[in-house]
Amino acid sequence: MGDHHHGPAKGLGRWLFTTNHKDIGTMYLWFSFAMFILGGFFAMVIRAELFQPGMQLVEPAFFNQMTTLHGLVMVFGAIMPSFVGLANWLIPMMIGAPDMALPRMNNWSFWILPPTFLLLASTLFMEGGAPAFGWTFYAPLSTTYAPPSVTFFIFSVHVLGLSSIMGSINIIATVMNMRAPGMTYMKMPLFVWTWLITAFLLVAVMPVLAGAVTMMLMDIHFGTSFFSAAGGGDPVLFQHVFWFFGHPEVYIIILPAFGVVSQIIPAFSRKPLFGYDSMVYATASIAFLSFIVWAHHMYTVGMPVAGELFFMYATMLIAVPTGVKVFNWISTMWRGALSFETPMLFSIGFLVLFTIGGFTGLMLSIAPSDFQYHDSYFVVAHFHYVMVAGAVFSMTAAVYFWLPKWCGKMYNETMGKTHFWISFVGFNLAFFPQHFVGLAGMPRRIPDYALQFADFNMMSSIGAFIYGASQIMFLYNVIATIVSGTPVSDEKVWDGAEGLEWTLPTPAPYHTFETPPKIDPAHAHS
Amino acid sequence: MPLLRCPRKSLWLGLGETDVPGLPGRGDNNNGSRLGGLLYYMETREMCFEAKRLFRLALGPVLMLMSAAALAAGAEVSQVNMRPGVTEVGKEIYDLHMIILWICTIIGAGVFGVMFYSIIYHRKSKGVVPATFHESTKVEIAWTIVPFFILIGMAVPATSTLLNIYDNDDADMDVLITGYQWKWKYEYLNENGENVTFFSNLRTPQNEIYNTESKGEHYLLEVDEPLVLPKDTKVRFLVTANDVIHSWWVPDLAVKKDAIPGFINEAWTRTSQEGIYRGQCAELCGKDHGFMPIVVNVVSQGEYDEWLSGKQAEAAEIKELMAQTFTLDELMERGKSVYDRSCLACHGANGEGGLGNAIANSAVATGELGEHLEIGINGVPGTAMQAFGGQMNDVDMAAVITYQRNAFGNNMGDMVQPIDVYNHKKG
Amino acid sequence: MIRVSANPTIDTVIKLVTVAVAMFAFVFVVMVPLYDVLCDALGINGKTSGQAYTSVQAEIDESRLVTVQFVATNNEGMPWEFGPSTTAMKVHPGAVNDTVFYARNPLPRAMVAQAIPSVSPARAAEYFHKTECFCFNQQPLEGQAEADMPLQFIIDQDLPRDIKTITLSYTIFDVTDMANGAVAAR
Repeated sequence: MGDHHHGPAKGLGRWLFTTNHKDIGTMYLWFSFAMFILGGFFAMVIRAELFQPGMQLVEPAFFNQMTTLHGLVMVFGAIMPSFVGLANWLIPMMIGAPDMALPRMNNWSFWILPPTFLLLASTLFMEGGAPAFGWTFYAPLSTTYAPPSVTFFIFSVHVLGLSSIMGSINIIATVMNMRAPGMTYMKMPLFVWTWLITAFLLVAVMPVLAGAVTMMLMDIHFGTSFFSAAGGGDPVLFQHVFWFFGHPEVYIIILPAFGVVSQIIPAFSRKPLFGYDSMVYATASIAFLSFIVWAHHMYTVGMPVAGELFFMYATMLIAVPTGVKVFNWISTMWRGALSFETPMLFSIGFLVLFTIGGFTGLMLSIAPSDFQYHDSYFVVAHFHYVMVAGAVFSMTAAVYFWLPKWCGKMYNETMGKTHFWISFVGFNLAFFPQHFVGLAGMPRRIPDYALQFADFNMMSSIGAFIYGASQIMFLYNVIATIVSGTPVSDEKVWDGAEGLEWTLPTPAPYHTFETPPKIDPAHAHS
Repeated sequence: MPLLRCPRKSLWLGLGETDVPGLPGRGDNNNGSRLGGLLYYMETREMCFEAKRLFRLALGPVLMLMSAAALAAGAEVSQVNMRPGVTEVGKEIYDLHMIILWICTIIGAGVFGVMFYSIIYHRKSKGVVPATFHESTKVEIAWTIVPFFILIGMAVPATSTLLNIYDNDDADMDVLITGYQWKWKYEYLNENGENVTFFSNLRTPQNEIYNTESKGEHYLLEVDEPLVLPKDTKVRFLVTANDVIHSWWVPDLAVKKDAIPGFINEAWTRTSQEGIYRGQCAELCGKDHGFMPIVVNVVSQGEYDEWLSGKQAEAAEIKELMAQTFTLDELMERGKSVYDRSCLACHGANGEGGLGNAIANSAVATGELGEHLEIGINGVPGTAMQAFGGQMNDVDMAAVITYQRNAFGNNMGDMVQPIDVYNHKKG
Repeated sequence: MIRVSANPTIDTVIKLVTVAVAMFAFVFVVMVPLYDVLCDALGINGKTSGQAYTSVQAEIDESRLVTVQFVATNNEGMPWEFGPSTTAMKVHPGAVNDTVFYARNPLPRAMVAQAIPSVSPARAAEYFHKTECFCFNQQPLEGQAEADMPLQFIIDQDLPRDIKTITLSYTIFDVTDMANGAVAAR
């Protein structure tokens, strides 16, 4: 048989045919960053048009295509694949496994993504334009009144759903079956726990999204009436099915981010994560609760009052385990020996800003008040706080934290810190004023607005441009690091970092843990 | 406050042992499991830093609260906060919103205060040796139970307000609101006669939108025909839609209800103050979602009755006009205003087209009159061209078809009279 | 724990794929019918039954009157003239009531319409029984023909006493393309 572990293959073939979790993780991360830039470009068009009242740059119909594609690309192309990339790189190393459970399916999970997003972006050039019905694509705007490109949109959603499902199956199979001996579930790093739970959520709800778009397809092309009253159907059914997927989806987005922050904060506090067991139970509670709260996205649709009350109570409940997590992170910092390298800055930024997003989420859960907040910029502000200052900041922290382990070079710390501060200022300038205009009565998804909303919109656009520009600095830093950064060879790049991946050489070799490591039974989780 | 400098010396106010190692002159007692060292000692200098930080954090919510105060003092429409509006329900919602906001601000200040304290004092650069504690069942239980009770406290007023919002019964009058792409139709349900019905279109001219004219005060929030309601009357709204999902939202009435095609939703209001209240469509409904505002004109009962009979008289008048014959100039003048209101958004200010076909030099507008009328009245099924016959009276239809056939260089010389429209509809 | 395969990884994979497929099926087989059933049973969304109510001999409640309002809406470009012959009626719960909606097809070609009812308040829907309704079937009309379409209904005596007004709204849709040849039973 001989030793078949040489280094990676050469050339394009290496990337096309790789089954190595590190290579696939790298591809997911680069792909998601490219999607982040694409989605960001759409956001720049939106904010440029909203810089001043009046229509200056684009037509309203095109504006709607921008808001739709911005949402779709960011959620399905940037955020989700980025955390999958992180999962691929880290999970095997964190549990002492040589690779993912299904390496070839892993390759497929990635490679179906780029052509799909190419297809989705190409709808901009099709007759009738790209989908313009919002990333939430309510019927009948997305069925009877949709442009021809809707069919390509439906196909894209199916494919990227398949990618997520395959990826999740892979993660679950890996975590359940390939932990090194002695790595019990309650010794796993929290990042692995949050991904395990996220993967179960994905397997459960991605098929529901597939069901929703299939029903759309049938209504559009095969004469059914799931969502059309004329044939005995109901547009509101679409909303129920979509949000049954949609609410767990937002937890799918944030749980891995929670996991990342749970690794980074202890490292830079030089203190173990406070309340590991509670963190696991809280994450599991959030996941269970996420299935029974979906209609809080539909408070104004005309639900019977008993239904509204149920969903309100259930949604408010989610504040409890989420609060527990925030308290635990702060307790981890309390009386630690803190240092503020870039990963820690982004993690603290996450902690503050995600919590603010959580507070506005609590406000939104209150159904009577939501009659004034729903479909206004208050909601837009809320979800950008939790998704950008939450998930994206966490992702950024993760890249700074683990990049040295991945490539053996240290990034430029001054540039990293500058990136953080500019991002922080730009982000808050972009999104804090949106709370105000939302409360003052500005609806969402409008390309032009009344004069009283002008000042804050201008501020918001400026902030958005600043935030966007700072990502260029990030890109430069990452590339410069990989190409010519200061070499790092300590296994423990960060003196406070704990976990199996920090016992490996830096940079991590192409194949790791081919023999499972010895887990010290006395040693706690990392 | 931000300009205040914190004192250089500190007064030791504490009692008992310190819990934070590393600060000079303190004991080395490391009872690691005690959080909230804050409670055991505070020095004025630290208090000062802390206060400054909390102040900066609280600035945003304080601004909101200040604006609320300014509003109460009779200031202009708030730009940073929800308004209590002119209904009891609206005030309830506003109060609920403010209570929750306050609770979140206080909890946030506390939580961030602890965190920032840690950031300042628990630094490696100060030579701090990290503690090792990493769990406490008591504390975990506490911060699970206490928030749970706070939530119950919030849920009680929320439930009562929600039940209030859902109390649609015993209304004094009913208005049927239908959302169209991209305008609203209002129909006053009259048990004793014909319903007063009219459409309400955006009145802001395209020139203002496309920046060739300066914008008016109520830019994008003005309509040709507002919804007129009497004060102190319980009005029940029946909300539906003609095509896609829309949503009827007027912040000052605290009413928002989705308009769903094929289904009826209910909402209600009772306004306590006369005035003009503006809102917008709140559900993405296609290209002009941002251009279908709502204007509610609340007037005294006497003025409302007068307005309503005026509208009924108008309807009767239209019936009379339908039998009349108009000159080309009269038709063109009326036709242009109908065109600008109902056709321009899709067919262009100069008939150049856009979402809709061009009218200038089009086969339809320069072709057979009957076919042109047919399209205007009955629309083109399967396209975005709606059946306008049901949306405008015969006088307006006659005028706009005449206008289309003679404007934009078409110059057909045709005239359509209301009776022609009526006959076409009759068959 | 049931083992589907000896290889633990394949075992996990098979189980998870089953969950994924089951969740997809769940949408069609459970969510859609469940939604319909709940809407019918609870009158959510004001959906009233699409089937004729077989009336049970019942007493007429003379002690109160309920106002029933009739509202008509044309969906989309539906060009028919369509409306109630009377905008409101005051009825006793338990009594059988008749009214008529008029419809006219102004186009020169034959068309088929479907009327969809919606009742407000939604919680009154389960007490609103239609014994005969033009909404039960598709309604064809020849070009430029008109028709009077009958509606017969009973308000259940169990209607909560605090409901004093019920609004019955019909939206007519153009289903000429969808028509399956079902002719209105008259």
